[in-house]
Amino acid sequence: SLSPGDTSVLAGLYGPAEAKISKELPDRAALEVLLRPKVGLPGVLERSREQLLRQTCEAVVLGVLHPRTAISLVLQVLSDAGSLLSCCLNAACMALLDAGLPLSALFCGVTCALQPDGTILLDPTARQEQEARAILTFAIASSERKVLMATTKGSCSVEEMQQCLAAAQRAADTIFQFYRDSVRRRYSK
Amino acid sequence: MAAERGAAAEALVGQVVLPGDLLLLPAHYDEDAEGERLRLSAGAAPQGRLLCGPGLRRSGAGLLVTKCGLLRHRPGGGGAYWVDSQQKRYVPVQGDHVIGIVTAKAGDVFRLDVGGSEPASLSYLAFEGATKRNRPNVHVGDLIYGQFVVANKDMEPEMVCIDSSGKSSGMGIIGQDGFLFKVSLGLIRKLLAPKCEIIQELSQLYPFELVLGMNGRIWVKAKTVQQTLIIVNILEACEHMTSQQRKQALAKLSGN
Repeated sequence: SLSPGDTSVLAGLYGPAEAKISKELPDRAALEVLLRPKVGLPGVLERSREQLLRQTCEAVVLGVLHPRTAISLVLQVLSDAGSLLSCCLNAACMALLDAGLPLSALFCGVTCALQPDGTILLDPTARQEQEARAILTFAIASSERKVLMATTKGSCSVEEMQQCLAAAQRAADTIFQFYRDSVRRRYSK
Repeated sequence: MAAERGAAAEALVGQVVLPGDLLLLPAHYDEDAEGERLRLSAGAAPQGRLLCGPGLRRSGAGLLVTKCGLLRHRPGGGGAYWVDSQQKRYVPVQGDHVIGIVTAKAGDVFRLDVGGSEPASLSYLAFEGATKRNRPNVHVGDLIYGQFVVANKDMEPEMVCIDSSGKSSGMGIIGQDGFLFKVSLGLIRKLLAPKCEIIQELSQLYPFELVLGMNGRIWVKAKTVQQTLIIVNILEACEHMTSQQRKQALAKLSGN
């Protein structure tokens, strides 16, 4: 259960289903991501986030097992209180896991905010995001904590980015443990 | 993090595994050049082949888990490992018996919706006793119980309603009336297990006809519509009820 004001995203995964002839790929599954904001129509920001999510998911989904099919991932933002992209990444991974799609690894999203005085803050709230000098979002894979996707808003030096990355990789352990516990609870019934 | 790579396969049997986990096989499998092929040496008994079932893929030194679920192991004949996962979407597998809905007749071939990513095809000659003159009486919207003879990721799935000896053995067009509904694949596998408790308890309630398709579809027919609907509701609820709750529900119904 979430306290009011926290970021929450609802994810639904459909597939492998029949693909339109124009969209089907001959050797792998065509993955499509739709991100719907809480209010208003999807705009350019949603489109760019959809592409980031799609590229991350394509890296882990074993699409070669389902050629000429379409996999659709629909994400609906229920509430936004900061760190939205990493919340979408986590929701996407849990949807893939729950639907039983073949995956080569799991991934999670971690957001770091770099404050003006140089301290690193993980999973910032909306206010902390506004005050920060730079916001970095990483998608970390479960196999040897490799980085699948990194996106930055604002400016930071290379060393600071490396430090944020190291902090994100440590934080990823907690999230993967949460995945494991959720799956365990589901299969214990 | 490095320690997470490669846990022994036997240690994790019966536990939850997540995609990305690497399972190491016991050492005597790795002694062979490929580890999983039959040895063709004369005189020595073959070690047996390790079967890598659904949810697992061979990768380098061991097996990579691709779906989340419980790891299962069958020791007979070289051993088999697979992942028991819960899923609603069906992917056609050769040899599976499924219930299909006829959506179109295209010349000599029927198109069936089996719940997968593309429609399956069924030739009109694939019924028992069917010849070019004696065509089966199939219309659009009929239910067919058949098995897959071709089902892989590259080709359109093909179904037949006869087995290898030409007999229908229960397959073919499903009769009139009855009720078709969809459940998850895990429940179907549970119902198909030998001596399933749910089926035994239900059969003591009312007599009924039941067809289970591996694609998650169940067809039920009892004497009256009300009895049919009661059985449908119980089967749908079985996914979430424990056996205790189910026994209570059935006791209440048989008391009425």
